[in-house]
Amino acid sequence: MGLVGSFPFNSFLSGVLSCIGTAVLAVCLRIQVNKDNKEFKDLPPERAFADFVLCNLVLHLVIMNFLG
Amino acid sequence: MATTALDFLPAPLRSLRLKTKQQELLLRVSTLALIYVLAFAVRLFSVLRYESMIHEFDPYFNYRTTLFLSENGFSEFWNWFDSESWYPLGRVVGGTLFPGLMVTAALLHRLLRALSLAVHIREVCVLTAPFFAANTTLVAYAFGREIWDSGAGLLAAALIAIVPGYISRSVAGSYDNEGVAIFALLLTFYLFVRAVNTGSLAWALASAFGYFYMVSAWGGYVFIINLVPLYVLVLLVTGRYSQRLYVAYNCMYVLGMLLAMQIRFVGFQHVQSGEHMAAMGVFFLLQVFYFLDWVKYLLNDARLFKSFLRITLTCVISVGTLALGIGTASGYISPWTGRFYSLLDPTYAKDHIPIIASVSEHQPTAWSSFMFDFHILLFLFPAGLYFCFKRLSDATIFIVMYGLTSMYFAGVMVRLILVAAPAVCLISAIAASATIKNLTTLIRTKSKSPQATSGKTTGSKAAAKGAVDQSLPFQHNAAIALLLGAFYLLSRYAIHCTWVTSEAYSSPSIVLAARGHNGGRVIFDDYREAYYWLRQNTPPDAKIMSWWDYGYQITAMGNRTVIVDNNTWNNTHIATVGRAMSSYEDEAYEIMQSLDVNYVLVVFGGVTGYSSDDINKFLWMVRIGGGVFPVIKEPDYLVNGEYRVDKGAAPKMLNCLMYKLCYYRFGELTTEYGKPPGYDRVRGVEIGNKDIKLEYLEEAFTTSNWIVRIYKVKPPKNRS
Repeated sequence: MGLVGSFPFNSFLSGVLSCIGTAVLAVCLRIQVNKDNKEFKDLPPERAFADFVLCNLVLHLVIMNFLG
Repeated sequence: MATTALDFLPAPLRSLRLKTKQQELLLRVSTLALIYVLAFAVRLFSVLRYESMIHEFDPYFNYRTTLFLSENGFSEFWNWFDSESWYPLGRVVGGTLFPGLMVTAALLHRLLRALSLAVHIREVCVLTAPFFAANTTLVAYAFGREIWDSGAGLLAAALIAIVPGYISRSVAGSYDNEGVAIFALLLTFYLFVRAVNTGSLAWALASAFGYFYMVSAWGGYVFIINLVPLYVLVLLVTGRYSQRLYVAYNCMYVLGMLLAMQIRFVGFQHVQSGEHMAAMGVFFLLQVFYFLDWVKYLLNDARLFKSFLRITLTCVISVGTLALGIGTASGYISPWTGRFYSLLDPTYAKDHIPIIASVSEHQPTAWSSFMFDFHILLFLFPAGLYFCFKRLSDATIFIVMYGLTSMYFAGVMVRLILVAAPAVCLISAIAASATIKNLTTLIRTKSKSPQATSGKTTGSKAAAKGAVDQSLPFQHNAAIALLLGAFYLLSRYAIHCTWVTSEAYSSPSIVLAARGHNGGRVIFDDYREAYYWLRQNTPPDAKIMSWWDYGYQITAMGNRTVIVDNNTWNNTHIATVGRAMSSYEDEAYEIMQSLDVNYVLVVFGGVTGYSSDDINKFLWMVRIGGGVFPVIKEPDYLVNGEYRVDKGAAPKMLNCLMYKLCYYRFGELTTEYGKPPGYDRVRGVEIGNKDIKLEYLEEAFTTSNWIVRIYKVKPPKNRS
């Protein structure tokens, strides 16, 4: 009974948005780390990865709150 | 290095002499500190003149909920069902308010208590708005520095500290959502522009949190969720697509949307409401742009890419319009709500939603309001737009768009001058700062050219400049004159702002003040007198019927159940009250019995000349009641289209409940020397029906200046 929860749209949305969110964040990380991109020349890759981890953390915390 | 005055100091003090860079830092920091204190201090007029109390109507609801939150904790607050308002329906408070303001005040209160400063929550509530106004100046400084340079930032901070358009909604005591929301708005915009400029995920995450704070604070967050996609669209259209933009917008949109959906009042609107679809559309458009950019990079062939581009664009546009069409047609995507639709079509509210049209803050803005609220910023704004266009970058495009859209909306609705104020301050600061910088450079090069160094290119340039300067002999003097003129304008601005704050925007509106005939100040504290009478002399479960303006104050100060209040979420309920007020006494008695009303409260200004009373609002009661119950017709209350209360008034007007309750026993009262008894000082006429007898109600309380009158509803007779 307690498996799915009683707010199906919440769960659906959190599923969809977590997929989109992680995809988007991964793309952003890849953009920032790629050495061919002139715009991110002076951004150290460690900083890009740290940002990526932080954003994912926030994303998943909010998703967990939103699951219903 | 030239000798300065500091060289003449004794040796130990000379070590304290700072380098120019440190001097500049000290100057900047001390200026910002002074601006911070100024922004706080200028909003304290009403606290010093009257007392530390909450103003107006809406802040009383916010205060009551903050009190509840601080006493019962967040979980109780989030799930609170209030049965003391909108009797018999009640109100789901947890799900129908924006919690940002209350949570902020409760947290500040808790922080102060943790530091062993035992302040009452009311003091915290009263001073929240000035505190956040001071914080807004800091954000304005950072934003100005991001867009232009630190000089513009300082000037923007100084301008926004005292601009009357912002002060009007953030004085001490005005405990309303806007006080916190403007801070959140400017913070979100600053963080987003910084994210676009740096392309860093961390700044985009910060802007998402800023957006979350804005969503929790005010319904005006719809402005952000539409302006930011519009800005991205403009950047895409003008060929400024960059990967920094992609990173910034994507992170902010996804995380911001998720965070915003945590607020119960907002719910799923980000995916279901028409007002939020622009953001989603731009999100998908940005993905398409990125995809096309990547394919272009992979293909390395212009012609192949062109055909690919054509195919993709047609596919995307058709899919997009199809999705939007299906969503809107099937009703899944709800259309724009009346509140925001009336911003795009200003005539909509007057015809369809009289409640929105009746609020005085929702009227279109007059030029005098613009001048009153902005003063010199009004002509510095176009000048600033010119400077922004001269140095176009991603950041200046943003501020131009923010300025233009907010000025358009400020023209549609008076209340939205508040949203335009930060943009106007920033753009004007750019104009003033750039002008002053040019003028001072002009003065300094003239005085430096005789000392030009020899043999270097800079020397020849300076000599050339000196030669040019020689040909325009009055340039130096003109620059000095213009500089003095600029300083004069800014000082007049400061004087105007202080005067406006002192005279116009510092009245608590629950306590009225006037000048007596001998020049002394007379205070009318009738509202609070009436509410405390209710609190102390009525049974705890008494239900009060009044017009919706006073609902929040009655529940907060009188602590009694009301029928309708300022939330105005149920138009039919308000129309029922309006119908009761405009009917004859016996019909009104039936309605009051059906609503279990025990007391009726009316506001009457005829004795004191207070013009915002219920008789002046009466036509709106008729219109709103008539909008739901066709039995109430507005022409019944007018004579030849004219609204009168004297002998020539319509018979229905002379005998309706509102008229009887306001003018009961008024016919015996002499209000002004030389005028007959029953002379209404607001309407300026002698009333028509002086001999009023009430059958189903009896007078319970009238305040000392007759401003608030309370009547008790008699129970039905034992024998019919």
